[in-house]
Amino acid sequence: MTSAPFTLSVDGRAIAAQPGQTILEAADAAGVYVPRLCWMKDLLPSGSCRVCTVRVNGRPQAACTQPAAAGMVVENDTEELRALRRDLIDMLFVEGNHFCMFCEKSGNCELQALAYRFGITAPKYPYLFPRRELDASHPEVLLDRNRCVMCARCLRASRALDGKAVFGFTGRGPAKRLAVNSATGLAGTDLAATDRAVAACPTGSLLVKQVGYAVPVGRRRFDHAPIGSDVAPAAGE
Amino acid sequence: MANTAEQVAASCAESGDDRSRLLDVLLAVQRRLGHIDEAAIDAVAARLRVPRVDVAGVVSFYSFLADEPRGRVVIRLCNDVPDLMMGVERVAEGLEEELGIRFGESTADGSFTLEWTSCIGMSDQAPAALFNDVVVPNLGPGAARRLVRELRAHPEVTDLRRLLVREYGDGQNSHDVVRAAVKNNLRRAGAVIFGTREPEAGLRKALAMSPAEVIREVKTARLRGRGGAGFPTGMKWEFARAGDTGPRWLIANADEGEPGTFKDRVILTERPDLLFEGMTIAGYALGAARGLLYLRGEYAYLRAYLEHLLAGRRAAGLLGEQVCGKAGFAFDIRIQMGAGAYVCGEETALISSCEGLRGDPKNRPPFPAQRGYLGRPTSVNNVETLCCVPRILEMGSGWFASLGSRRSTGTKLLSISGDCTRRGVYEVPLGVRLREVLEMCGAEEPIAVQVGGPSGQMVGTADFDREICFDELATGGALVVFGAGRNPLDIASKYMAFFVHESCGYCTPCRVGNVLLKERLDRILAGRGEPADLDYLQALAQTVKTASRCGLGQTSPNPVLSTLRNFRWAYEALVRAPVGGEQPGFDIAARLAEAAALTGRESIHFGSGREVR
Repeated sequence: MTSAPFTLSVDGRAIAAQPGQTILEAADAAGVYVPRLCWMKDLLPSGSCRVCTVRVNGRPQAACTQPAAAGMVVENDTEELRALRRDLIDMLFVEGNHFCMFCEKSGNCELQALAYRFGITAPKYPYLFPRRELDASHPEVLLDRNRCVMCARCLRASRALDGKAVFGFTGRGPAKRLAVNSATGLAGTDLAATDRAVAACPTGSLLVKQVGYAVPVGRRRFDHAPIGSDVAPAAGE
Repeated sequence: MANTAEQVAASCAESGDDRSRLLDVLLAVQRRLGHIDEAAIDAVAARLRVPRVDVAGVVSFYSFLADEPRGRVVIRLCNDVPDLMMGVERVAEGLEEELGIRFGESTADGSFTLEWTSCIGMSDQAPAALFNDVVVPNLGPGAARRLVRELRAHPEVTDLRRLLVREYGDGQNSHDVVRAAVKNNLRRAGAVIFGTREPEAGLRKALAMSPAEVIREVKTARLRGRGGAGFPTGMKWEFARAGDTGPRWLIANADEGEPGTFKDRVILTERPDLLFEGMTIAGYALGAARGLLYLRGEYAYLRAYLEHLLAGRRAAGLLGEQVCGKAGFAFDIRIQMGAGAYVCGEETALISSCEGLRGDPKNRPPFPAQRGYLGRPTSVNNVETLCCVPRILEMGSGWFASLGSRRSTGTKLLSISGDCTRRGVYEVPLGVRLREVLEMCGAEEPIAVQVGGPSGQMVGTADFDREICFDELATGGALVVFGAGRNPLDIASKYMAFFVHESCGYCTPCRVGNVLLKERLDRILAGRGEPADLDYLQALAQTVKTASRCGLGQTSPNPVLSTLRNFRWAYEALVRAPVGGEQPGFDIAARLAEAAALTGRESIHFGSGREVR
């Protein structure tokens, strides 16, 4: 493996990359936004939401797991991939029970923000209305699986950043659910409200209790600029 | 409780308290305690120092592991398409009546549990069921009830074969260690797998060569993976060998789970020594001292037999410290049992499973050849592929390459079932035309053939002159024939149900998209589809195919895509255009019934909704 920087092309633009960087990391550094949901800084990528799917020399790959390489030709912001990402975001909405209008995370939610960025006002797929359990046993943190998108950010953050193992998954396929490391629910785990795992949740699935709606509309994370604006200004701005 | 602790301790100790052997540990716990309850999960977690949520995650992932009490006899009835074609639903009714329970339930006396299961590799002798580990093929409703009564009358019998197996199958199915009712139905032996051979000649030739020479021979033969993907075997080995020095692994993939495929079962019964010989040669070529045989849980009835043969090979010096007396080449094989998860046939999911994890596929790169089992360079090869290897060494790469076609050399085993008179296994040269195969198996005026199982494609008569090979009609071996009167869409829906059940759920498109594909397909089948649904299905299927992380989701939309392409008439016959603003997809009567159930009264405006339509 060489240690010299190299270039690859993203949507026809040459960008510089360092050895060891993924396509997503290289794009971020170059100010090119690749939409993503399950990716989180400081964590190993899981490659599970597939929102960051790009085409590399024609082949679909997750930008968060695919290492950048010299001379790669990457397609990112194309009509095909925008449609694909919209479909995936739609799927995440209909497979859970999301209710933005009274969710505490509204305005700070990455799923909602992605939907806005992609111009989704209502999903095109039918709602699946799954039965999912709510865990309010913990004195400081609420776990509402209805709003879980299976991104595994809490799972990874708990293990890699908090030095714990509060979360895991049980079941498979559509029956897959976020699970906790105790037979008696979240209260039986060593989770603390200050854990990075709690803050890692992109949606309202993990919420710190007693601080709901603390930030007024107009001052929330995505009230003024769409998600991804920290990497690259969105079109039309 | 004390019993749980003791049994868990014994189960862990059996696998050397090795957390990477978690699947074996859990299978052992279940064997001892019947199921794996919360207390057992806690005990395993404590003993192996694994988070309990990870243990619970593994228990809940595999269909053959249970966290709730089950009957002494678990009856798993196969609900694959060939079984449905052969009337498995009547068998199901018979069992439900006889036992007084529904599927998914256990009898109150703790004697029986009734479950559906995906393909168990017996499509040529459907309907088939597993009674614990014992295979009961060709099961009719009357026989099913009779067997239940026998089991009930003789609770003292622990070896269920004594009650369930009336007549042994052919060949080694009657071997004293097997004693199964399963039939091989080997209809046609070809030159490679079932041809006459000199046992261990390939191995001895290989050991007289250098590993690089062995790999070159396999490459010259142009051997490609028989599992369906067709990756060049020699290249795979070279990649694994090119990794760092230190331990490497060879894994034989005997997780034959693609519905309609049963050819590896016949290899494991009739040519296991050829497989072990091939694994040993692969180990030599790769520089691997250890091999795993990942045996699907459905084939547990063959385990003792395979262990027996491995012991024989060790005694004969064909495995062990110095294989065939070759200094510096040690090789041995361990059997790793699966536990009912189709996705584990995917090579990185298979590695996860061997490591005692949920059967989630892994992100690539790194590829298994770089970092596979336990982080070491690994080659995962299909059973049939490994069986070709000794023959290539014995007879020469030129001989092998002379069989089949130029880009698809050698022979291929086909597992043929469905509407034909001679169901079974056929060894044919690659490049054979589908039409010839259909004649061989006695398919009379078939309207469709599922080539390569649900992950392959459903083809119609227009494709019957195409060749079966890697570049045309590729198949891991499954061919299911459909005659007049079968509905391609109905079959596609059954296959989508299979994928919904078997998706690991790791990535969004496969976890959600397959459910959505099945929903719309079923809506069309119910006569509530509209023409626009065809485009909807096409686009959705393409999204799942493009965005999915592993081969399962990349192929699971194929039942929809191939029927849209080859049986569009079947869709067009069912959909109807909206008239006067009415949405065919909206079932107003059903929705009003739902509302009436919730509110306790009928709608004032619409009544029961029947008059609306």
